[in-house]
Amino acid sequence: MMMNHSLKSLCNLAQGTAIRGKWHGQHYTVIKQLGYGANGVVYLVRTADGQAALKMSDNASSVTSEVNVLKSFTKVQGSALGPSLLDVDDWEQGGGQTSFYVMEFIKGPDLLSFIQQKGHDWLGVLILQLLSDLEGIHRNGWVFGDLKPENLIVTGPPPRVRCIDVGGTTLKGRAIKEFTEFFDRGYWGMGSRKADETYDLFAVAMVMINTAYPKRFAKKGGGTDQLMPLVRQSELAKYAVVIEGALTGRYQSASEMRSSILQVLQPARKKRAAADSKRAATRTARGAASQQKKSGGFGETLLIIAVISMLYFFYIYVQIL
Amino acid sequence: MKTGTLKQVLLITDGCSNQGEDPIAMAALAKEQGITINVIGVMEEDVIDDQGLKEIDGIAMAGGGVSQIVYAQQLSQTVQMVTRKAMTQTLQGVVNRELKQILGGTGTMEDLPPEKRGEIMEVVEELGETVQLEVLVLVDTSASMKHKLPTVKEALLDLSLSLNARSGDNRFSVFAFPGKREEVEKLLDWTPRLESLSSVFSKLAVGGITPTGPAIREAISYFEKKRSLRSLLSRDDESFFEESV
Repeated sequence: MMMNHSLKSLCNLAQGTAIRGKWHGQHYTVIKQLGYGANGVVYLVRTADGQAALKMSDNASSVTSEVNVLKSFTKVQGSALGPSLLDVDDWEQGGGQTSFYVMEFIKGPDLLSFIQQKGHDWLGVLILQLLSDLEGIHRNGWVFGDLKPENLIVTGPPPRVRCIDVGGTTLKGRAIKEFTEFFDRGYWGMGSRKADETYDLFAVAMVMINTAYPKRFAKKGGGTDQLMPLVRQSELAKYAVVIEGALTGRYQSASEMRSSILQVLQPARKKRAAADSKRAATRTARGAASQQKKSGGFGETLLIIAVISMLYFFYIYVQIL
Repeated sequence: MKTGTLKQVLLITDGCSNQGEDPIAMAALAKEQGITINVIGVMEEDVIDDQGLKEIDGIAMAGGGVSQIVYAQQLSQTVQMVTRKAMTQTLQGVVNRELKQILGGTGTMEDLPPEKRGEIMEVVEELGETVQLEVLVLVDTSASMKHKLPTVKEALLDLSLSLNARSGDNRFSVFAFPGKREEVEKLLDWTPRLESLSSVFSKLAVGGITPTGPAIREAISYFEKKRSLRSLLSRDDESFFEESV
Protein backbone atom coordinates (compact mmCIF):
# COMPACT_ATOMS: atom_id res chain seq x y z
CA MET A 1 0.00 0.00 0.00
CA MET A 2 1.35 3.36 -0.88
CA MET A 3 1.11 6.12 1.65
CA ASN A 4 0.07 9.68 1.20
CA HIS A 5 2.47 12.49 1.97
CA SER A 6 1.37 13.49 5.43
CA LEU A 7 1.65 9.92 6.70
CA LYS A 8 5.06 9.57 5.11
CA SER A 9 6.44 12.44 7.13
CA LEU A 10 5.06 10.88 10.32
CA CYS A 11 6.91 7.70 9.40
CA ASN A 12 10.31 9.29 9.62
CA LEU A 13 10.46 10.41 13.23
CA ALA A 14 14.08 10.19 14.36
CA GLN A 15 15.16 8.35 17.46
CA GLY A 16 14.99 10.73 20.40
CA THR A 17 12.15 12.84 18.99
CA ALA A 18 10.18 14.25 21.90
CA ILE A 19 6.40 14.07 21.68
CA ARG A 20 4.37 16.09 24.14
CA GLY A 21 0.62 15.67 24.45
CA LYS A 22 -1.44 18.83 24.00
CA TRP A 23 -4.24 17.91 26.42
CA HIS A 24 -2.67 15.70 29.09
CA GLY A 25 0.91 17.00 28.87
CA GLN A 26 2.61 13.61 28.95
CA HIS A 27 6.09 13.29 27.42
CA TYR A 28 7.17 10.49 25.13
CA THR A 29 10.56 9.89 23.55
CA VAL A 30 10.77 7.92 20.34
CA ILE A 31 13.02 4.82 20.59
CA LYS A 32 12.27 3.22 17.23
CA GLN A 33 9.56 2.48 14.73
CA LEU A 34 7.68 -0.76 15.31
CA GLY A 35 5.65 -0.81 12.12
CA TYR A 36 3.27 1.02 9.86
CA GLY A 37 0.13 0.33 7.92
CA ALA A 38 -2.38 2.14 5.78
CA ASN A 39 -3.81 3.86 8.83
CA GLY A 40 -0.83 4.94 10.86
CA VAL A 41 2.61 4.38 12.34
CA VAL A 42 3.50 2.68 15.60
CA TYR A 43 6.57 3.73 17.57
CA LEU A 44 8.22 2.24 20.60
CA VAL A 45 8.51 5.13 23.06
CA ARG A 46 9.98 5.77 26.47
CA THR A 47 7.58 7.14 29.06
CA ALA A 48 7.94 8.07 32.71
CA ASP A 49 6.87 4.50 33.59
CA GLY A 50 8.95 2.57 31.07
CA GLN A 51 8.34 1.55 27.51
CA ALA A 52 5.08 1.82 25.61
CA ALA A 53 3.78 1.68 22.05
CA LEU A 54 2.52 4.91 20.49
CA LYS A 55 0.33 4.88 17.41
CA MET A 56 -0.14 8.07 15.44
CA SER A 57 -2.12 8.78 12.34
CA ASP A 58 -2.83 11.64 10.00
CA ASN A 59 -6.42 10.48 10.22
CA ALA A 60 -7.81 11.59 13.58
CA SER A 61 -11.00 9.62 13.12
CA SER A 62 -9.21 6.29 12.85
CA VAL A 63 -7.35 7.05 16.09
CA THR A 64 -10.63 7.88 17.83
CA SER A 65 -12.31 4.82 16.47
CA GLU A 66 -9.51 2.48 17.64
CA VAL A 67 -9.48 4.15 21.04
CA ASN A 68 -13.20 3.44 21.31
CA VAL A 69 -12.53 -0.25 20.72
CA LEU A 70 -9.67 -0.41 23.23
CA LYS A 71 -11.77 1.39 25.84
CA SER A 72 -14.58 -1.07 25.40
CA PHE A 73 -12.11 -3.95 25.78
CA THR A 74 -10.84 -2.45 29.03
CA LYS A 75 -14.33 -2.62 30.44
CA VAL A 76 -14.19 -6.40 30.25
CA GLN A 77 -12.69 -7.36 33.56
CA GLY A 78 -9.48 -9.31 33.85
CA SER A 79 -9.12 -9.95 30.16
CA ALA A 80 -6.24 -9.48 27.79
CA LEU A 81 -8.22 -8.91 24.60
CA GLY A 82 -6.03 -6.18 23.19
CA PRO A 83 -3.21 -4.00 24.47
CA SER A 84 -4.31 -1.85 27.39
CA LEU A 85 -4.84 1.82 26.60
CA LEU A 86 -2.60 4.29 28.45
CA ASP A 87 -3.20 7.73 26.95
CA VAL A 88 -4.93 9.53 24.07
CA ASP A 89 -3.75 12.94 22.95
CA ASP A 90 -2.76 15.28 20.12
CA TRP A 91 0.74 16.31 19.19
CA GLU A 92 1.21 19.82 17.85
CA GLN A 93 4.18 20.17 15.58
CA GLY A 94 5.05 22.15 12.47
CA GLY A 95 1.78 24.05 12.53
CA GLY A 96 -0.26 20.87 12.31
CA GLN A 97 -1.84 18.54 14.78
CA THR A 98 -1.49 14.77 14.86
CA SER A 99 -3.67 12.47 16.91
CA PHE A 100 -2.08 9.59 18.76
CA TYR A 101 -2.74 7.05 21.45
CA VAL A 102 -0.38 5.20 23.75
CA MET A 103 -0.83 1.58 24.69
CA GLU A 104 0.92 -1.23 26.47
CA PHE A 105 3.95 -2.47 24.51
CA ILE A 106 3.43 -6.13 23.75
CA LYS A 107 6.86 -7.62 23.17
CA GLY A 108 7.64 -10.78 21.28
CA PRO A 109 7.84 -12.37 17.86
CA ASP A 110 4.79 -12.56 15.64
CA LEU A 111 2.96 -15.86 15.30
CA LEU A 112 4.74 -17.00 12.12
CA SER A 113 8.25 -16.30 13.40
CA PHE A 114 7.46 -17.98 16.71
CA ILE A 115 6.24 -21.16 15.04
CA GLN A 116 9.19 -21.18 12.66
CA GLN A 117 11.56 -20.98 15.62
CA LYS A 118 9.83 -23.31 18.07
CA GLY A 119 8.21 -25.80 15.75
CA HIS A 120 4.77 -26.59 14.44
CA ASP A 121 3.70 -28.30 17.68
CA TRP A 122 2.98 -24.88 19.08
CA LEU A 123 0.35 -24.08 16.48
CA GLY A 124 -2.46 -25.96 18.21
CA VAL A 125 -1.79 -24.43 21.61
CA LEU A 126 -1.54 -20.89 20.28
CA ILE A 127 -4.70 -21.24 18.23
CA LEU A 128 -6.51 -22.51 21.32
CA GLN A 129 -5.37 -19.41 23.21
CA LEU A 130 -6.41 -17.19 20.32
CA LEU A 131 -9.85 -18.77 20.18
CA SER A 132 -10.40 -18.14 23.90
CA ASP A 133 -9.57 -14.47 23.33
CA LEU A 134 -11.86 -14.29 20.32
CA GLU A 135 -14.64 -15.84 22.37
CA GLY A 136 -14.20 -12.93 24.80
CA ILE A 137 -14.18 -10.35 22.03
CA HIS A 138 -17.30 -11.85 20.45
CA ARG A 139 -19.13 -12.05 23.76
CA ASN A 140 -18.39 -8.37 24.11
CA GLY A 141 -20.22 -7.60 20.87
CA TRP A 142 -17.18 -7.15 18.61
CA VAL A 143 -15.57 -8.99 15.73
CA PHE A 144 -11.78 -8.63 15.49
CA GLY A 145 -11.78 -8.28 11.71
CA ASP A 146 -8.20 -7.90 10.52
CA LEU A 147 -6.86 -11.15 11.97
CA LYS A 148 -3.43 -12.10 10.57
CA PRO A 149 -0.11 -13.41 11.94
CA GLU A 150 1.42 -9.91 11.89
CA ASN A 151 -1.27 -8.83 14.36
CA LEU A 152 -0.65 -11.79 16.66
CA ILE A 153 2.30 -11.45 19.01
CA VAL A 154 3.54 -14.32 21.15
CA THR A 155 4.66 -12.93 24.50
CA GLY A 156 6.19 -14.87 27.31
CA PRO A 157 7.52 -17.05 28.70
CA PRO A 158 5.22 -18.83 29.17
CA PRO A 159 4.14 -18.29 25.56
CA ARG A 160 0.85 -16.50 25.25
CA VAL A 161 -0.64 -15.13 22.04
CA ARG A 162 -1.99 -11.56 22.05
CA CYS A 163 -3.85 -9.54 19.41
CA ILE A 164 -2.30 -6.14 18.79
CA ASP A 165 -4.03 -4.16 16.07
CA VAL A 166 -7.67 -3.28 16.61
CA GLY A 167 -7.92 -1.22 13.39
CA GLY A 168 -10.27 -3.77 11.86
CA THR A 169 -12.32 -4.44 14.97
CA THR A 170 -15.96 -3.92 14.11
CA LEU A 171 -19.26 -4.05 15.97
CA LYS A 172 -21.16 -7.25 15.22
CA GLY A 173 -23.59 -6.85 12.35
CA ARG A 174 -21.71 -4.00 10.64
CA ALA A 175 -19.44 -4.17 7.61
CA ILE A 176 -15.85 -5.20 8.44
CA LYS A 177 -13.79 -2.01 8.76
CA GLU A 178 -10.39 -3.24 7.65
CA PHE A 179 -9.12 -6.57 6.39
CA THR A 180 -6.26 -8.27 4.59
CA GLU A 181 -7.15 -10.14 1.43
CA PHE A 182 -5.52 -13.48 2.23
CA PHE A 183 -7.49 -13.76 5.49
CA ASP A 184 -10.71 -12.29 4.16
CA ARG A 185 -13.75 -14.48 3.57
CA GLY A 186 -14.98 -12.16 0.81
CA TYR A 187 -11.74 -12.36 -1.16
CA TRP A 188 -11.95 -16.16 -1.31
CA GLY A 189 -15.56 -15.95 -2.44
CA MET A 190 -16.73 -17.80 0.65
CA GLY A 191 -19.07 -15.33 2.26
CA SER A 192 -19.88 -11.73 3.02
CA ARG A 193 -17.93 -9.03 4.80
CA LYS A 194 -20.55 -8.61 7.47
CA ALA A 195 -18.97 -8.77 10.91
CA ASP A 196 -20.00 -11.98 12.63
CA GLU A 197 -18.26 -14.70 14.63
CA THR A 198 -17.76 -16.88 11.59
CA TYR A 199 -15.83 -14.10 9.83
CA ASP A 200 -13.12 -14.26 12.51
CA LEU A 201 -13.12 -18.07 12.56
CA PHE A 202 -12.56 -18.09 8.80
CA ALA A 203 -9.53 -15.85 9.36
CA VAL A 204 -8.25 -18.18 12.09
CA ALA A 205 -8.33 -21.05 9.59
CA MET A 206 -6.42 -18.89 7.09
CA VAL A 207 -3.86 -18.02 9.79
CA MET A 208 -3.34 -21.75 10.29
CA ILE A 209 -2.92 -22.21 6.54
CA ASN A 210 -0.48 -19.31 6.49
CA THR A 211 1.77 -21.13 8.98
CA ALA A 212 2.19 -23.96 6.47
CA TYR A 213 2.49 -21.58 3.50
CA PRO A 214 4.44 -18.60 4.90
CA LYS A 215 4.68 -17.00 1.45
CA ARG A 216 0.88 -17.16 1.06
CA PHE A 217 -0.63 -17.69 -2.38
CA ALA A 218 -3.07 -16.00 -4.71
CA LYS A 219 -6.65 -16.93 -5.40
CA LYS A 220 -7.12 -19.38 -8.24
CA GLY A 221 -10.78 -20.21 -8.30
CA GLY A 222 -11.02 -19.82 -4.52
CA GLY A 223 -13.30 -21.80 -2.27
CA THR A 224 -12.58 -25.09 -0.52
CA ASP A 225 -11.65 -26.59 -3.90
CA GLN A 226 -8.46 -24.56 -3.89
CA LEU A 227 -7.76 -24.41 -0.16
CA MET A 228 -8.48 -27.89 1.17
CA PRO A 229 -6.05 -29.83 -1.05
CA LEU A 230 -3.31 -27.45 0.13
CA VAL A 231 -4.27 -28.18 3.73
CA ARG A 232 -4.32 -31.95 3.25
CA GLN A 233 -0.91 -32.10 1.62
CA SER A 234 0.80 -30.08 4.36
CA GLU A 235 1.60 -30.54 8.03
CA LEU A 236 -1.92 -29.22 8.67
CA ALA A 237 -3.49 -32.47 7.47
CA LYS A 238 -4.53 -33.45 10.98
CA TYR A 239 -6.45 -30.19 11.32
CA ALA A 240 -8.20 -30.64 7.97
CA VAL A 241 -11.64 -31.20 9.51
CA VAL A 242 -11.33 -28.18 11.78
CA ILE A 243 -10.03 -25.92 9.03
CA GLU A 244 -12.73 -26.99 6.61
CA GLY A 245 -15.33 -26.41 9.32
CA ALA A 246 -14.06 -22.88 9.96
CA LEU A 247 -13.79 -22.07 6.25
CA THR A 248 -17.34 -23.15 5.54
CA GLY A 249 -18.81 -21.42 8.58
CA ARG A 250 -19.81 -24.60 10.36
CA TYR A 251 -18.67 -23.32 13.75
CA GLN A 252 -21.08 -20.83 15.24
CA SER A 253 -18.70 -19.77 18.01
CA ALA A 254 -15.01 -19.69 18.84
CA SER A 255 -15.53 -22.15 21.68
CA GLU A 256 -17.07 -24.66 19.28
CA MET A 257 -14.00 -24.50 17.06
CA ARG A 258 -11.83 -24.69 20.16
CA SER A 259 -13.38 -27.96 21.29
CA SER A 260 -12.91 -29.33 17.82
CA ILE A 261 -9.18 -28.54 17.93
CA LEU A 262 -8.91 -30.10 21.39
CA GLN A 263 -10.35 -33.25 19.91
CA VAL A 264 -7.71 -33.27 17.18
CA LEU A 265 -4.94 -32.78 19.70
CA GLN A 266 -6.33 -35.61 21.82
CA PRO A 267 -4.38 -38.74 20.94
CA ALA A 268 -5.49 -42.35 21.58
CA ARG A 269 -9.10 -41.82 20.80
CA LYS A 270 -11.43 -44.72 20.12
CA LYS A 271 -13.59 -44.36 17.06
CA ARG A 272 -16.82 -45.19 18.86
CA ALA A 273 -16.06 -42.71 21.61
CA ALA A 274 -15.11 -40.02 19.14
CA ALA A 275 -18.36 -40.42 17.33
CA ASP A 276 -20.79 -40.23 20.20
CA SER A 277 -18.84 -37.83 22.37
CA LYS A 278 -18.66 -35.24 19.63
CA ARG A 279 -21.68 -33.34 20.84
CA ALA A 280 -20.76 -33.65 24.47
CA ALA A 281 -17.24 -32.45 23.86
CA THR A 282 -18.31 -29.43 21.86
CA ARG A 283 -20.71 -28.57 24.62
CA THR A 284 -18.06 -28.27 27.31
CA ALA A 285 -14.47 -27.48 26.56
CA ARG A 286 -13.73 -28.11 30.19
CA GLY A 287 -14.84 -31.70 29.82
CA ALA A 288 -12.36 -32.17 27.04
CA ALA A 289 -9.60 -30.56 29.06
CA SER A 290 -10.08 -32.89 31.98
CA GLN A 291 -9.84 -35.83 29.62
CA GLN A 292 -6.39 -34.64 28.78
CA LYS A 293 -5.25 -34.77 32.38
CA LYS A 294 -6.21 -38.35 33.13
CA SER A 295 -5.89 -40.26 29.93
CA GLY A 296 -7.08 -43.50 31.55
CA GLY A 297 -10.39 -42.24 32.84
CA PHE A 298 -11.91 -41.51 29.49
CA GLY A 299 -14.94 -43.77 29.85
CA GLU A 300 -15.57 -42.34 33.28
CA THR A 301 -15.60 -38.80 31.91
CA LEU A 302 -17.94 -39.82 29.17
CA LEU A 303 -20.30 -41.29 31.75
CA ILE A 304 -20.22 -38.12 33.83
CA ILE A 305 -20.89 -35.97 30.76
CA ALA A 306 -23.76 -38.23 29.77
CA VAL A 307 -25.28 -38.10 33.26
CA ILE A 308 -24.87 -34.35 33.46
CA SER A 309 -26.44 -33.73 30.08
CA MET A 310 -29.31 -36.06 31.00
CA LEU A 311 -29.88 -34.11 34.21
CA TYR A 312 -29.60 -30.91 32.21
CA PHE A 313 -32.15 -31.98 29.66
CA PHE A 314 -34.42 -33.15 32.47
CA TYR A 315 -34.04 -29.75 34.13
CA ILE A 316 -34.88 -27.96 30.90
CA TYR A 317 -37.83 -30.23 30.39
CA VAL A 318 -39.14 -29.44 33.86
CA GLN A 319 -38.57 -25.74 33.26
CA ILE A 320 -40.56 -25.85 30.05
CA LEU A 321 -43.43 -27.60 31.78
CA MET B 1 -30.47 12.80 12.67
CA LYS B 2 -32.16 12.12 9.38
CA THR B 3 -29.99 10.19 6.97
CA GLY B 4 -29.79 11.28 3.38
CA THR B 5 -27.76 9.97 0.48
CA LEU B 6 -24.01 10.17 0.07
CA LYS B 7 -23.01 10.78 -3.53
CA GLN B 8 -19.56 9.75 -4.67
CA VAL B 9 -17.72 9.56 -7.95
CA LEU B 10 -14.89 7.05 -8.06
CA LEU B 11 -12.51 7.95 -10.86
CA ILE B 12 -10.07 5.24 -11.90
CA THR B 13 -7.33 6.46 -14.22
CA ASP B 14 -3.65 6.07 -14.98
CA GLY B 15 -2.58 9.53 -15.91
CA CYS B 16 -3.24 12.89 -17.31
CA SER B 17 -6.24 14.23 -19.14
CA ASN B 18 -5.58 15.66 -22.58
CA GLN B 19 -8.90 16.93 -23.84
CA GLY B 20 -11.71 19.24 -22.80
CA GLU B 21 -12.33 21.14 -19.58
CA ASP B 22 -9.94 21.25 -16.64
CA PRO B 23 -10.82 18.18 -14.55
CA ILE B 24 -9.92 19.98 -11.32
CA ALA B 25 -12.44 22.71 -12.05
CA MET B 26 -15.04 20.07 -12.87
CA ALA B 27 -14.29 18.35 -9.54
CA ALA B 28 -14.81 21.63 -7.73
CA LEU B 29 -18.11 21.99 -9.56
CA ALA B 30 -19.14 18.55 -8.35
CA LYS B 31 -18.28 19.42 -4.77
CA GLU B 32 -20.48 22.49 -4.97
CA GLN B 33 -23.35 20.15 -5.69
CA GLY B 34 -22.65 17.84 -2.77
CA ILE B 35 -20.89 15.18 -4.82
CA THR B 36 -17.53 13.87 -3.65
CA ILE B 37 -14.87 12.96 -6.21
CA ASN B 38 -12.36 10.25 -5.29
CA VAL B 39 -9.47 9.34 -7.56
CA ILE B 40 -7.44 6.18 -7.80
CA GLY B 41 -4.32 6.28 -9.95
CA VAL B 42 -3.40 2.83 -11.20
CA MET B 43 0.21 2.06 -12.00
CA GLU B 44 1.83 -1.02 -13.35
CA GLU B 45 5.54 -1.15 -14.02
CA ASP B 46 5.18 2.26 -15.57
CA VAL B 47 5.22 5.22 -13.24
CA ILE B 48 2.70 8.03 -13.41
CA ASP B 49 4.50 11.26 -14.26
CA ASP B 50 4.55 14.30 -12.02
CA GLN B 51 1.90 16.09 -13.97
CA GLY B 52 -0.42 13.10 -13.69
CA LEU B 53 0.19 12.85 -9.94
CA LYS B 54 -0.53 16.52 -9.49
CA GLU B 55 -3.77 16.20 -11.42
CA ILE B 56 -4.92 13.16 -9.42
CA ASP B 57 -4.25 14.93 -6.11
CA GLY B 58 -5.83 18.11 -7.42
CA ILE B 59 -9.05 16.46 -8.55
CA ALA B 60 -9.56 14.71 -5.21
CA MET B 61 -8.76 17.83 -3.24
CA ALA B 62 -11.09 20.04 -5.27
CA GLY B 63 -13.74 17.32 -5.22
CA GLY B 64 -13.59 16.96 -1.43
CA GLY B 65 -12.54 13.35 -1.74
CA VAL B 66 -9.64 10.99 -1.29
CA SER B 67 -6.89 10.07 -3.74
CA GLN B 68 -4.54 7.13 -3.77
CA ILE B 69 -1.89 5.86 -6.17
CA VAL B 70 -1.58 2.07 -6.34
CA TYR B 71 -0.12 -0.77 -8.29
CA ALA B 72 -2.76 -2.70 -10.21
CA GLN B 73 -2.49 -5.77 -7.94
CA GLN B 74 -3.54 -3.76 -4.88
CA LEU B 75 -6.51 -2.18 -6.56
CA SER B 76 -9.23 -4.23 -4.84
CA GLN B 77 -8.27 -3.28 -1.32
CA THR B 78 -7.62 0.31 -2.28
CA VAL B 79 -10.96 0.84 -3.98
CA GLN B 80 -12.89 -0.20 -0.89
CA MET B 81 -10.57 1.69 1.45
CA VAL B 82 -10.80 4.92 -0.52
CA THR B 83 -14.58 4.69 -0.71
CA ARG B 84 -14.91 4.09 3.03
CA LYS B 85 -12.44 6.81 3.90
CA ALA B 86 -14.29 9.29 1.73
CA MET B 87 -17.59 8.33 3.33
CA THR B 88 -16.19 8.88 6.81
CA GLN B 89 -14.69 12.17 5.68
CA THR B 90 -17.96 13.45 4.25
CA LEU B 91 -20.01 12.31 7.22
CA GLN B 92 -17.53 13.87 9.55
CA GLY B 93 -17.84 17.10 7.63
CA VAL B 94 -21.57 16.99 8.20
CA VAL B 95 -21.14 16.20 11.90
CA ASN B 96 -18.54 18.98 12.22
CA ARG B 97 -20.98 21.46 10.77
CA GLU B 98 -23.48 20.35 13.40
CA LEU B 99 -20.86 20.82 16.09
CA LYS B 100 -20.13 24.28 14.83
CA GLN B 101 -23.75 25.22 15.29
CA ILE B 102 -23.79 23.81 18.79
CA LEU B 103 -20.37 24.91 20.00
CA GLY B 104 -19.76 27.98 17.87
CA GLY B 105 -16.26 28.95 16.78
CA THR B 106 -14.37 26.58 14.52
CA GLY B 107 -16.05 23.64 16.17
CA THR B 108 -14.42 20.64 14.55
CA MET B 109 -13.93 17.32 16.24
CA GLU B 110 -10.21 18.01 16.64
CA ASP B 111 -10.96 21.00 18.86
CA LEU B 112 -12.58 18.77 21.44
CA PRO B 113 -10.52 16.93 24.04
CA PRO B 114 -9.86 13.31 23.01
CA GLU B 115 -12.27 11.99 25.65
CA LYS B 116 -15.21 13.74 23.99
CA ARG B 117 -14.38 12.59 20.46
CA GLY B 118 -15.31 8.98 21.08
CA GLU B 119 -19.04 9.51 21.15
CA ILE B 120 -18.99 11.70 18.06
CA MET B 121 -16.99 9.06 16.23
CA GLU B 122 -19.60 6.50 17.19
CA VAL B 123 -22.24 8.68 15.54
CA VAL B 124 -20.09 9.01 12.40
CA GLU B 125 -19.58 5.24 12.26
CA GLU B 126 -23.24 4.55 12.83
CA LEU B 127 -24.09 6.92 9.96
CA GLY B 128 -21.47 5.28 7.74
CA GLU B 129 -23.11 1.95 8.35
CA THR B 130 -26.67 3.04 7.65
CA VAL B 131 -26.52 5.94 5.20
CA GLN B 132 -27.65 5.42 1.64
CA LEU B 133 -24.72 5.51 -0.75
CA GLU B 134 -24.52 6.20 -4.46
CA VAL B 135 -21.24 5.47 -6.18
CA LEU B 136 -20.70 6.42 -9.79
CA VAL B 137 -17.61 4.64 -11.08
CA LEU B 138 -15.81 6.45 -13.87
CA VAL B 139 -13.22 4.30 -15.60
CA ASP B 140 -10.52 5.63 -17.88
CA THR B 141 -10.39 3.23 -20.83
CA SER B 142 -7.71 4.97 -22.84
CA ALA B 143 -5.13 2.75 -24.54
CA SER B 144 -2.71 2.45 -21.62
CA MET B 145 -5.46 1.22 -19.31
CA LYS B 146 -6.53 -1.62 -21.56
CA HIS B 147 -4.70 -4.49 -19.87
CA LYS B 148 -5.58 -3.18 -16.40
CA LEU B 149 -9.31 -3.41 -17.04
CA PRO B 150 -9.75 -7.01 -15.83
CA THR B 151 -8.19 -5.94 -12.52
CA VAL B 152 -10.48 -2.92 -12.39
CA LYS B 153 -13.49 -5.15 -12.90
CA GLU B 154 -12.41 -7.45 -10.11
CA ALA B 155 -11.85 -4.50 -7.81
CA LEU B 156 -15.35 -3.21 -8.50
CA LEU B 157 -16.94 -6.57 -7.72
CA ASP B 158 -14.96 -6.56 -4.51
CA LEU B 159 -16.20 -3.06 -3.73
CA SER B 160 -19.77 -4.19 -4.11
CA LEU B 161 -19.07 -7.06 -1.72
CA SER B 162 -17.69 -4.65 0.88
CA LEU B 163 -20.42 -2.07 0.61
CA ASN B 164 -23.24 -4.56 0.48
CA ALA B 165 -22.13 -5.81 3.90
CA ARG B 166 -23.41 -2.49 5.31
CA SER B 167 -26.98 -2.19 6.47
CA GLY B 168 -27.56 0.95 4.39
CA ASP B 169 -28.59 0.78 0.74
CA ASN B 170 -26.10 1.10 -2.09
CA ARG B 171 -26.54 2.06 -5.70
CA PHE B 172 -23.79 1.81 -8.27
CA SER B 173 -23.39 2.89 -11.84
CA VAL B 174 -20.42 2.52 -14.13
CA PHE B 175 -19.26 4.84 -16.90
CA ALA B 176 -16.26 4.59 -19.18
CA PHE B 177 -14.44 7.42 -20.94
CA PRO B 178 -13.75 8.04 -23.75
CA GLY B 179 -16.91 6.43 -25.12
CA LYS B 180 -17.38 5.16 -28.61
CA ARG B 181 -19.10 8.25 -29.92
CA GLU B 182 -19.48 10.54 -26.93
CA GLU B 183 -17.03 11.56 -24.25
CA VAL B 184 -18.45 9.13 -21.74
CA GLU B 185 -20.35 5.93 -22.20
CA LYS B 186 -22.74 4.40 -19.74
CA LEU B 187 -21.86 0.78 -19.03
CA LEU B 188 -24.20 0.10 -16.17
CA ASP B 189 -27.23 2.01 -14.96
CA TRP B 190 -27.98 2.55 -11.24
CA THR B 191 -28.22 -0.81 -9.58
CA PRO B 192 -27.68 -2.16 -6.08
CA ARG B 193 -25.53 -5.00 -7.46
CA LEU B 194 -22.34 -4.53 -9.41
CA GLU B 195 -22.26 -8.21 -10.39
CA SER B 196 -24.08 -7.41 -13.62
CA LEU B 197 -20.91 -5.64 -14.70
CA SER B 198 -19.22 -8.89 -15.76
CA SER B 199 -19.74 -8.56 -19.47
CA VAL B 200 -19.68 -4.83 -20.08
CA PHE B 201 -15.94 -4.23 -20.14
CA SER B 202 -15.41 -6.62 -23.02
CA LYS B 203 -17.24 -4.51 -25.57
CA LEU B 204 -15.20 -1.38 -25.00
CA ALA B 205 -13.43 0.42 -27.76
CA VAL B 206 -10.18 1.63 -26.33
CA GLY B 207 -9.12 5.01 -27.63
CA GLY B 208 -6.16 7.36 -27.32
CA ILE B 209 -7.67 10.47 -25.83
CA THR B 210 -8.37 11.02 -22.14
CA PRO B 211 -11.15 13.57 -21.63
CA THR B 212 -11.21 13.44 -17.81
CA GLY B 213 -12.78 16.87 -17.36
CA PRO B 214 -15.76 16.31 -19.67
CA ALA B 215 -16.21 12.87 -18.12
CA ILE B 216 -16.56 14.33 -14.63
CA ARG B 217 -18.96 16.99 -15.93
CA GLU B 218 -21.14 14.31 -17.51
CA ALA B 219 -21.02 12.20 -14.36
CA ILE B 220 -22.34 15.07 -12.25
CA SER B 221 -25.20 15.66 -14.64
CA TYR B 222 -26.12 12.03 -14.29
CA PHE B 223 -26.60 12.49 -10.55
CA GLU B 224 -28.56 15.62 -11.39
CA LYS B 225 -30.94 13.93 -13.74
CA LYS B 226 -31.61 11.21 -11.31
CA ARG B 227 -32.06 13.61 -8.49
CA SER B 228 -34.65 15.71 -10.27
CA LEU B 229 -36.57 12.59 -11.20
CA ARG B 230 -36.44 11.30 -7.68
CA SER B 231 -37.42 14.60 -6.20
CA LEU B 232 -40.81 14.19 -7.81
CA LEU B 233 -41.28 11.15 -5.63
CA SER B 234 -39.65 12.26 -2.40
CA ARG B 235 -38.52 15.74 -1.64
CA ASP B 236 -36.69 15.22 1.63
CA ASP B 237 -33.98 13.07 0.16
CA GLU B 238 -31.44 15.68 -0.77
CA SER B 239 -31.33 18.04 2.17
CA PHE B 240 -28.50 16.17 3.85
CA PHE B 241 -25.63 18.08 2.35
CA GLU B 242 -26.95 21.46 1.64
CA GLU B 243 -28.45 22.07 5.05
CA SER B 244 -27.36 19.05 7.06
CA VAL B 245 -30.54 18.40 9.01
